[in-house]
Amino acid sequence: MPRLRSSVTLPLMRRRHFLTLSAATLGGVLVYSLDRKASLLSAQQGPVRIPLRFLTETEALIVAAAASRIFPSDDSGPGAREAGVAVFIDRQLAGSYGRDRFRYTQPPFEDAPREFGYQGRATPRQIYREGLKGLEGFHLLSPTAQDEALGKIESTLFFSLLRQNTIEGMFCDPIHGGNAGMLGWQLVGFPGPRMSNLEEIEKYYGQAFRPEPLSLRQATGAKVRPSEDEP
Amino acid sequence: MKTLPAVDAVIVGGGWAGLLMAKELGARTSLSVVVLERGPSRQSSDYATDMDELDYAIRLRMMQDLSSETVTLRHDGSRSAVPLRQHGAFLPGAGVGGSGEHWNAQVPRFLPDCFELLSKTTARYGANALPEGHAVRDWGITYAELEPYYTRVDKLLGTSGQAGNIRGQLIDGGNIFEGWRSEPYPTPPTKVPYFAALFRDAAKSLGYHPYPAPSANISRAYTNPDGISRGGCTYCGFCGRFGCMVGAKAQPTNLLLPIIQKRKNVSLRTGARVRRILFEPAPKFAARGVSYVDARGQEVFQPASVVFLASWTFNNTRLLLLSGIGEPYDPATGRGTVGSNLTHQVTLPAATAFFDQPLNRFMGSGSAGFLFSDYDRDDLDRSSLGFLRGGYFGARGYGFQPIGAFGVLPNSVKATWGSDWKKAAVFFYDRTATIGFAGEHLAYKTNLMDLDPVYKDTLGDPLLRLTLDWRDNERRMAEFVTPIAVQVARAMGAREINAFPGLRSYDATRYNSTHVQGGTIMGDSPAHAVVSPYLQHWQLPNLFILGGSTFPQNASANPTPTILAFVYRTADAIIDRYLKHPGPLA
Repeated sequence: MPRLRSSVTLPLMRRRHFLTLSAATLGGVLVYSLDRKASLLSAQQGPVRIPLRFLTETEALIVAAAASRIFPSDDSGPGAREAGVAVFIDRQLAGSYGRDRFRYTQPPFEDAPREFGYQGRATPRQIYREGLKGLEGFHLLSPTAQDEALGKIESTLFFSLLRQNTIEGMFCDPIHGGNAGMLGWQLVGFPGPRMSNLEEIEKYYGQAFRPEPLSLRQATGAKVRPSEDEP
Repeated sequence: MKTLPAVDAVIVGGGWAGLLMAKELGARTSLSVVVLERGPSRQSSDYATDMDELDYAIRLRMMQDLSSETVTLRHDGSRSAVPLRQHGAFLPGAGVGGSGEHWNAQVPRFLPDCFELLSKTTARYGANALPEGHAVRDWGITYAELEPYYTRVDKLLGTSGQAGNIRGQLIDGGNIFEGWRSEPYPTPPTKVPYFAALFRDAAKSLGYHPYPAPSANISRAYTNPDGISRGGCTYCGFCGRFGCMVGAKAQPTNLLLPIIQKRKNVSLRTGARVRRILFEPAPKFAARGVSYVDARGQEVFQPASVVFLASWTFNNTRLLLLSGIGEPYDPATGRGTVGSNLTHQVTLPAATAFFDQPLNRFMGSGSAGFLFSDYDRDDLDRSSLGFLRGGYFGARGYGFQPIGAFGVLPNSVKATWGSDWKKAAVFFYDRTATIGFAGEHLAYKTNLMDLDPVYKDTLGDPLLRLTLDWRDNERRMAEFVTPIAVQVARAMGAREINAFPGLRSYDATRYNSTHVQGGTIMGDSPAHAVVSPYLQHWQLPNLFILGGSTFPQNASANPTPTILAFVYRTADAIIDRYLKHPGPLA
């Protein structure tokens, strides 16, 4: 058995892209090294380079900028940038969701009224790649100009996916790369997977009950694998 | 095609219906039984770590994989259909336990008149009362005949609730409008989420009769007659679309699978995709078994003395059509039976209410809440309502999670992204709740299923085609009930209320319910029914069809208890009579 497989048998890899983020803005995002080992970033660390799975660096910067205009950080609390939404979206696009693993994609593709659901051929990956072409240089614009640019595309399928995926990245369990530090859950008072509310459900009528959030791994002590990491 | 050793019974589908039949045959007889399930293997311990909203509730990990097979839809017979390429209006499960794993465990019974709807309606309102083009039928059975089996289902599941009618004696606090029960619920009602308590008090103040929602997600520890023990619900909120973390929710994997696994005469094969029922043609007319593609991709023939179809409404109907068993229903001539009477429970978010105070709605379960059935009763005079039949109103504390629940806003908020939107959505996140309505769906001649002429599955077989749309009866019912829900929301103290905008065309993108029925309906005559009230095929006496596909029309109530009651009744008839004298039971 050879120690290392010849590089000839491996597919040629495109240049690997990274998203460089300030760790201080990422409360506690799980970062995967190239060998898929997870490590938790702490706020003390300097800028981090997060390996991207699908997006190019420029695309990731545009997604991050657009998501943070959709779900901005403001005086009501943190937003998409702090929650690591761009990292979440990159992983989703690289996984089964991005390639439409579970959607019926047999032809013919016919137009149909809205109530029949999305009938297109394009996968989320293709919709993002195409949509991002229309936002060239977006991450370099002023917030006002960014809002204008998004306003022009807000009725497109790409925008509706970006908006939906931004919400997902704000509020998913942190195993998926978004909701860093459970910022999204704290913003709305969601405690994550609590094992029991038996004693509390009839006790807090009319008043907020806001237990400290726990992630799925924290609550169960189990190493749960997110679906985007499955082959 | 390889032929496997013959067995006594083969059951297609390992959900509630198929596994209950497997348990009954397996535990009460020595018959060799094989269950074929196309999805993956599951067991209740899998759910200890499934509380991940994204993978389970948004990406729908427990549902059927549509990449290999879906259904097509059109609103009427004059158009061509398009495939439903992603899940929407209904969520059929895949894998052991089927949709019975990820359900909300809401378990009301059907009203007595549902089973005799044609004769009861015409007797009361005249022959012309039913809408033009209806296909409403009697089932060939009465509620009184089914009631003992409903009671067995309640004991199997350990159902929690407050009876409102025990053998005709009405009890305050229960549903006094439902059919009589021979016994109280096995366990007391569940705890009450705050929003449901507001609903209960408001409904009562307006003169309605609220009662605790019947729940198979049980209120306290219970041991059923099979000796299976479960603990009570902890209101974690991860309920519908998830398997239950603590096993309080009745699921085939916790109530049926442990018994089946102990029986050497029952085997369960997963990854088995059944393609055809093979049969001897007339005059012999008998099922020989089924062919399926196994987990390794090989097509095999499983001979069996008795064949059970228990693979949900769509696949039960599709397998009969693909196998050429029975005559496909033709709405133009009225001939044929297979595929007729397609119905879908009419559910709507009648009023979405926005409050000043927080609701803590992450706590709850899929069936903890209150309902009222003042417009869901057999004795209501409908002559002035403008529609037939009705439904129930409800406030359930499903347990809400933020991806799905974020961004539901009062109509007065116009922003859909950006800071204004975010601020409003954060404010209203835990201050929003919906009063739902679930209503009956009458059967119509032009709502039906057949094989699609264009679209195929990955094996090359035609997809099932639905022709389905709402009619005036459903639209008028929605118009009638919406203001009632708004009135209740107002009495609950809501500061803003979004009223349901009305039923237009059947919308495959809005989740309605997974209560799609018909296609292989039961009835007292082969002229209009596929199976008898014993769920036995009228032409092939060794073929039985289990599940909502046998229901001639849709009730307001969720169907699982009724499905299971019929399975019990059929299992008794097979074990007590058919095995001694194989042949027609009806």
